Amino acid sequence: MKKNILKNNGFQTLLASLVCIVLGILIGFLVLLMIEPSGAFDAIMSIVKNFLNYSRANLQIKNLGKTLVKTAPLLMCSLSILFSYKVGLFNIGAAGQYVVGACASLYAAIAWQWGWLPCLLLACVASGAVGALVGAMKAYFNVNEVISGIMLNWIALYVTNMILGNVKAASNPYTRVLAEANKSAILPTMGLDRVFGLQYVSIAIPLAILFAVLVWVVMNKTKFGYELRATGLNKNAAKYCGMAENRNIILSLAISGALAGLGAAFLYLTDIEQWKCTVSAVPQMGFNGIAAAFLGGLSPIGTIFASFFIQHITEGGTQVDMTMYCSQISDLISAIIIYLCGFTAFLKLAMNKAIAKFESKNAKERSTK
Amino acid sequence: MENAYAIEMLNITKKFPGIIANDNITLQLKKGEIHALLGENGAGKSTLMSVLFGLYTPEEGIIKKDGKEVKISNPNDANDLGIGMVHQHFKLVECFSVLDNIIMGVEPVKNGFLDKSVARKKVTELSEKYGLHVDPDAIIENITVGMQQRTEILKMLYRDNEVLIFDEPTAVLTPQEISELLQIMKNLAAEGKSILFITHKLAEIMEVADRCTVIRKGKYIGTVDVKTSSPAELSALMVGRDVNFHVEKKPQELKDVILSVENMSVAGEPGKQDVIKNVSMKVRGGEIVCLAGIDGNGQSEFVYALSGLLPVKSGKIKLCGKEIQNMSIRKRSMSGMSHIPEDRHKHGMVLDYPLEDNMILQTYFKPNFTSKFGFLKRKNIRSFSDRLIEMYDVRSGQGSVTIARAMSGGNQQKAIIAREIDKEPELLIAVQPTRGLDVGAIEFIHKQLVAQRDAGKAVLLVSLELDEVMDVPDRILVMYEGEIVGEFDPKAVSQEELGLYMAGAKKDEVKV
Repeated sequence: MKKNILKNNGFQTLLASLVCIVLGILIGFLVLLMIEPSGAFDAIMSIVKNFLNYSRANLQIKNLGKTLVKTAPLLMCSLSILFSYKVGLFNIGAAGQYVVGACASLYAAIAWQWGWLPCLLLACVASGAVGALVGAMKAYFNVNEVISGIMLNWIALYVTNMILGNVKAASNPYTRVLAEANKSAILPTMGLDRVFGLQYVSIAIPLAILFAVLVWVVMNKTKFGYELRATGLNKNAAKYCGMAENRNIILSLAISGALAGLGAAFLYLTDIEQWKCTVSAVPQMGFNGIAAAFLGGLSPIGTIFASFFIQHITEGGTQVDMTMYCSQISDLISAIIIYLCGFTAFLKLAMNKAIAKFESKNAKERSTK
Repeated sequence: MENAYAIEMLNITKKFPGIIANDNITLQLKKGEIHALLGENGAGKSTLMSVLFGLYTPEEGIIKKDGKEVKISNPNDANDLGIGMVHQHFKLVECFSVLDNIIMGVEPVKNGFLDKSVARKKVTELSEKYGLHVDPDAIIENITVGMQQRTEILKMLYRDNEVLIFDEPTAVLTPQEISELLQIMKNLAAEGKSILFITHKLAEIMEVADRCTVIRKGKYIGTVDVKTSSPAELSALMVGRDVNFHVEKKPQELKDVILSVENMSVAGEPGKQDVIKNVSMKVRGGEIVCLAGIDGNGQSEFVYALSGLLPVKSGKIKLCGKEIQNMSIRKRSMSGMSHIPEDRHKHGMVLDYPLEDNMILQTYFKPNFTSKFGFLKRKNIRSFSDRLIEMYDVRSGQGSVTIARAMSGGNQQKAIIAREIDKEPELLIAVQPTRGLDVGAIEFIHKQLVAQRDAGKAVLLVSLELDEVMDVPDRILVMYEGEIVGEFDPKAVSQEELGLYMAGAKKDEVKV
């Protein structure tokens, strides 16, 4: 019985993910020890505890809410990565498509005074179009999607800075706060804000989870998903049986882009953050999505938990005692943990080898007895 | 007393989940003999060889070399023991010379620099001794498949291997090359090398092997002395019943033209000449037409153009009177064309999909399998797949949910054939449908092709196997360098005559 559970794919993924997490935390702890041993334990604990650092229940739940607000966009980004990955494409351009989503939703909200739903849809369409562009270049000119994706990330960033520069606040480089500029663009909360005691907790969170389920259903239950997975697993067979290869490449990258763009709208339309129009690096959200997708074992459902965890330690990193460590330490520690999270697949392979070795050894012992 | 056996594999048992691949198999290879290993696809031959090479660890059994028990836990151990193998798919670097390929991994070094002169001398000597006639400086991609195989043999000899394993070595060769290879094997055995010869071809076993070990469904059936045996006995041992070598066909009833190709040309790679040059041919209902030829003379491209995988440069293709040369692959398939592809792993299957998902690869979009809203109807798919598995006797560990990768080649092929025939096509294109399969599976597949013919459908068979070319079709077309150079009645032509056309030595004007 015990053997069976170890061989189960889902269980293996879970175990591998957990081992990666523990390893990441250990290495992070070692780095902290090297910098300043006296506060290392407290620091790593505050990263792991995140919202539990607060002693009062209402503050705990408020900070949990804050983590969740940022989990929603991360989940969308990792779904974006995962969706294209199933088709055999690596959409590293998700980061740029996320930026386009931020641009479209914020500009429509502030400049055109649109409501939240049309803003969401516009983000979806704009990012989807960028994804489709990457797909079209891949399909018709055989341009590698990683190359064109990375290039477009930068183009998207600077175009967004230019466009959103038109709707920025007078006194700082950030876009105008939606609470003042256009209240109707803020995502409805349906009472969630009162539950968490934080006005930014909105329907974005349940919506993101709904999208994860939707991605799972599309991939596993529909004709479209059957085609996409077949294309990802064996492009030649897909062509042989007459699947429209080019259409599927473009469509899957368009959907991937739309998911990332929605993710951005899910963050900025809560008003918790504003876009900084002088930013010179593509936001990490899209790249962290890669780690979350792999940590979640490339399963849409696993990704929900992986996204939460990654956001949890990222938020936890901001709680580290800044008098003892420099301010970049939180990014460094969460980066180490996220980096190791990417090793899930590798660990699974190693695990399978170990199991095979163990079994053949056992079998030999039995046969000699 | 000196031990007479070079290699002994005693009571080997290797299990996989749901299947016992090797069940108490014993194989004893005498020094200096040619020992054939015969078995159906999925009988466990590959597993047994993987055990010998240390790729799998058996649950039970021991391996002895020269009478002493040895432990082989990886291919390097096998190499150290003097065991070498010529794989079905050669492991050569295309752009390197023969000599470079031979010394690769055991390069002779002098003062830190490569010293090829010693190696060259040894290779030349070996080549002469065994009559291999290989030019050590030729580049691999420029020499024939037969010469490449000899390079592989030289690789083993250069490493002073005593035990040589040939894994289906004749599958890729022309008839002339086959007889030369068999002679080389005899020379090697005469010089004291021990040879293990894995094959399906009974005629070859009869010609060169001293003894033959037969396994069936993972079980050891027996070891027979070839001189006192017959092909009929061997095949009965292998399959477990008597096999009919000759394809039974009803008298022919020709119907209307189903496939008609008119002056079709297909472009080659940029800067090279056309791979198909102005070819015209017809296939009618109720006949099997075989496109014969040596591999690489345009047969693959011809079929790719028919099925839509390659664009046509000029000319017309008509299926049941309709022009299809500009149609998509899907439309051609829907208009009544089924295609059993040459490479079942590259085109024929999604190996990581379960068997049932492979069964619907050509029809998944039909209302029977996909609902109005685009959802797959899993229940229908399962029952459809179960029906095909039953009808075509596709064997696998867990039925419909078996991952296709875990199935044997023969059963994968059966699944593809089930899928393509069940589509009820007007035209069935079968490209090397029996490649790498055993006599039992070959017989089954030939019967299916003939059944299509007898049902009035058109069958286009592309084959490299002369036995198949002579036996199955009603008409033979020989393709040489992208042109059809001869048309024959299989009953009225000899293998030698066909061989001349296939090699380009003779050429007719073929009228359509």
